[in-house]
Amino acid sequence: MTQQEMWQKTSHVVRFAGDSGDGIQLQGAQFTQASALTGHDLATFPDFPAEIRAPAGTRFGVSAFQIQFGGDRITTPGDAPDVLVAFNPAALVVNLNHITSGALVIVDESAFNEQRLRRADLNSNPLEDGSLKDFQVCAIDIAALTMEAVKPFGLGAKDSGRCKNFWALGLILWMFDQPREPTVQWIRRRFGREASVMEANLAALNAGHAYGETAELGAVLAQHSIPPAQLASVEYRTITGAEALALGIVAAGELADVEMMFCSYPITPASSLLHQLTGLEDAGITTFQAEDEIAAVCSAIGASYAGKLGLTSSSGPGIALKTEALGLAVATELPLVIVNSQRAGPSTGMPTKTEQSDLYQAVYGRNGDTPIPVVASRSPGDCFDTAIEAVRIALQHMTPVILLTDGYIANASELWPLPDIDTYAAIPTARPNPLTDDKRAVFSRDPQTEARLWASPGDAAHIYRVGGLEKDYDTGNISYDSDNHQRMTDMRSRKLASVAKFIPAQSLEQGSERGLAVVAWGSTYGAVYQAVKDALREGFDVSHIHLRHLNPLPANLGELLAKFDRVLVPELNTGQLATVLRDKLQIAVIQHNQVNGQPFAVANLKAAIRVQATRRMKEASHG
Amino acid sequence: MAEALVLEPKDFASDQEVRWCPGCGDYSILKAVHRALADAGSDPANTVFVSGIGCSSRLPYYVNTYGFHTIHGRAPAIATGVKLANPELDVWVITGDGDGLSIGGNHLLHALRRNVNLNILLFNNEIYGLTKGQYSPTSRVGTRSPTSPSGSFDQPVVPGVFAVGAGATFIARAVDIDQKGLPTLLNAGREHEGTAFIEILQNCIVYNEDIWESVSSKKTAADSHVVCVHGQPLLFGKDRKKGLRLNTQSLTLEAVVIGEAGVTENDIKVHDETSTTLAHLLLSMQAPLPMAMGILHRRQGEAFDTTYRKRKPEGRRQRVKALLRSNNVLDRRPAANS
Repeated sequence: MTQQEMWQKTSHVVRFAGDSGDGIQLQGAQFTQASALTGHDLATFPDFPAEIRAPAGTRFGVSAFQIQFGGDRITTPGDAPDVLVAFNPAALVVNLNHITSGALVIVDESAFNEQRLRRADLNSNPLEDGSLKDFQVCAIDIAALTMEAVKPFGLGAKDSGRCKNFWALGLILWMFDQPREPTVQWIRRRFGREASVMEANLAALNAGHAYGETAELGAVLAQHSIPPAQLASVEYRTITGAEALALGIVAAGELADVEMMFCSYPITPASSLLHQLTGLEDAGITTFQAEDEIAAVCSAIGASYAGKLGLTSSSGPGIALKTEALGLAVATELPLVIVNSQRAGPSTGMPTKTEQSDLYQAVYGRNGDTPIPVVASRSPGDCFDTAIEAVRIALQHMTPVILLTDGYIANASELWPLPDIDTYAAIPTARPNPLTDDKRAVFSRDPQTEARLWASPGDAAHIYRVGGLEKDYDTGNISYDSDNHQRMTDMRSRKLASVAKFIPAQSLEQGSERGLAVVAWGSTYGAVYQAVKDALREGFDVSHIHLRHLNPLPANLGELLAKFDRVLVPELNTGQLATVLRDKLQIAVIQHNQVNGQPFAVANLKAAIRVQATRRMKEASHG
Repeated sequence: MAEALVLEPKDFASDQEVRWCPGCGDYSILKAVHRALADAGSDPANTVFVSGIGCSSRLPYYVNTYGFHTIHGRAPAIATGVKLANPELDVWVITGDGDGLSIGGNHLLHALRRNVNLNILLFNNEIYGLTKGQYSPTSRVGTRSPTSPSGSFDQPVVPGVFAVGAGATFIARAVDIDQKGLPTLLNAGREHEGTAFIEILQNCIVYNEDIWESVSSKKTAADSHVVCVHGQPLLFGKDRKKGLRLNTQSLTLEAVVIGEAGVTENDIKVHDETSTTLAHLLLSMQAPLPMAMGILHRRQGEAFDTTYRKRKPEGRRQRVKALLRSNNVLDRRPAANS
């Protein structure tokens, strides 16, 4: 990529990288806001270590934030940055392999001293030894320029140094002609009580901006306005997966007119959902930080028994601990929502790295025949609708529901059209109707949904006892009767199957019903979408099918897939959806798997599609 | 509830046939529970019994209120969820020594330290009954069982001492057959603001028979237990001549006899249920000292569920809409451009 080619692009991929205490994530989040308000479509990818403040300057301590933004439809944070901002040698070297040839590399020159190079295990200075020959390099003494800018505010050396992320942000905002205003507002809110810190950060931001305008860095660092994206005539905001999940949950509670209790135990990367939901009592939800994962799910089940909707959340290891309780919720036919923000396993694995490897756990991972519906969200904004869907299934069918998201979507953000919840359908519940003096037996079940009556304490007409022992189909009393257990097991299977009657038929995201079907689920949506889009443009006979419902699968899925010559299943695991499809649909599928803790690169998927798909030569040449 | 509806103990019995072994101590506890509920004028619709797993945990099936028989050890966690979801409910937890102190020890600890308004009844028979007689975390050293044929050698936990350590605000101990005292004690726990922890010495006639004989048999009871009443001297024995004196040197309680070795009634320690230190001393007593019974500890402390936010959602849809806009909004609607 030449300089000219680079600046002709209508979308860019920028990566900020530094120590985990450098405020990289903040810098990225502020740039995201500015980009959104400019009208760019965007997708972000915060990529940070599990350590809170890893030793400064080390390779393993590098924290990064990547954003793709611009005038095109953006569905991924981009395969390869064309602008890298690196605050130290480690941040530079760990990212060099991933950036586009010809990319702009902005470094804080002051950090390339002997000591910091050694911290990054470097024997020579990459600024001088030719390792950057394929890139446009802009070495600026960011630390010194920041110090100078904040000098009037009398901060100590440490606090002054901490302002450099805003200096760099100011420069990048200038470079892409994006507004400083949202960041100015944020700094004022955040540091309002510490006037000197606030002023210093504002000064750093403005100084970085002014540096771009005045330093005459020529062609290397010039200002480029990126055109806005073609957006629909609605309102937008940026949103992370954790935020959208939280909003979806509170919206679902309102749509169902049910109060909620969210019980959780801190675990990476699921904790942000607990943070988001805390303090929203007036939106109908309370939170409870339990003593452990088991207590979290159990208190949620207690809440559901008592008439609120209980929800719990964790990541794979925590879900494993909750598993026995999920069986109790199935046996007692209580509504419950379990959110799993998947991360790389097994065991503690890589807490901040993403993976899709808990699908078996969700679909199959329990003792007994214990069916639980499973849904998965595909992007940060999609978490909103997926949360509503999970709550709907739980309440309509009186069942626990597992919602799979992952570390990537939880933290990533995208531009999201604001939903109008007045247009959403109300969520039905199985509550007794007090107005009609409902005398139905608690274990009479709706033939459509298999939901039993959601009676709860306080209701004198439906006093009942229930537990994890097998119960009589009609009365709910303990029953070890063999025919009854068969009947109850059949009912539980039927209940799962009944969920499929209420979900939309599976449709295609792109392509037509022939050739190669790329069937994916969860957070690979953006990359698969882009890869299929590119492959279609190149004339390949390929379609994209993205599943939200994984258990049960949409009723028409088998029929739909039968129309294709081949089915390719790309996943961030060793082939779990592939197994489910073989199991449930008895079809042959081709696997494409990656488990390196990173989302799929579009190029990687395109390569896999090219191998499996055939080109529609004629149509391509005519098209 | 409609007036004139006075419920008798039998009204609190469910229609389910009780399935404990004939002669099990659980029968007397169940009877005391029915009596306590009737005495308190409990409303079955607003009462919930939550239990874990084990013989004791079957109790909710036999009480005609709401009941939830859950999973092993987790009753305090589930009951916490019930109580927080609806603080108006009268929530009881039924557990045993294995359920509450082994697999569920963590949840018991946290229920006690949070001081959730629950009435926790721990049936202690020092054995695993439902799994056929293995030694439990409260079994005395030397207990012979299928898993300890030469006698157990791990140190037992004293339930009440555990509760003191967890910061419990109400700790009591009773024996299963005490039909007179037990209902009153259960209701004292029920009325307590916060977690009430009541250890009930329960006789497992199959696997650990007569483990509590010293306190339950008429012959020995008087000398082997002391009923602790707030503000009253800690006296025991057939003619109440025996008493407990605080040895200020060793900081322990010692048994003395009034009239012997110059001991007078003034030397006898007066029970102060608000003192955690005294509760610890009383609960730690082992034979030949008498077993401390009654309300051993009771003090005021804010209950978790009264502090737990109870704000009712108001204008909820508007609030949800406002939350959706809790970030910078890019307005691309045509009206915004005009």
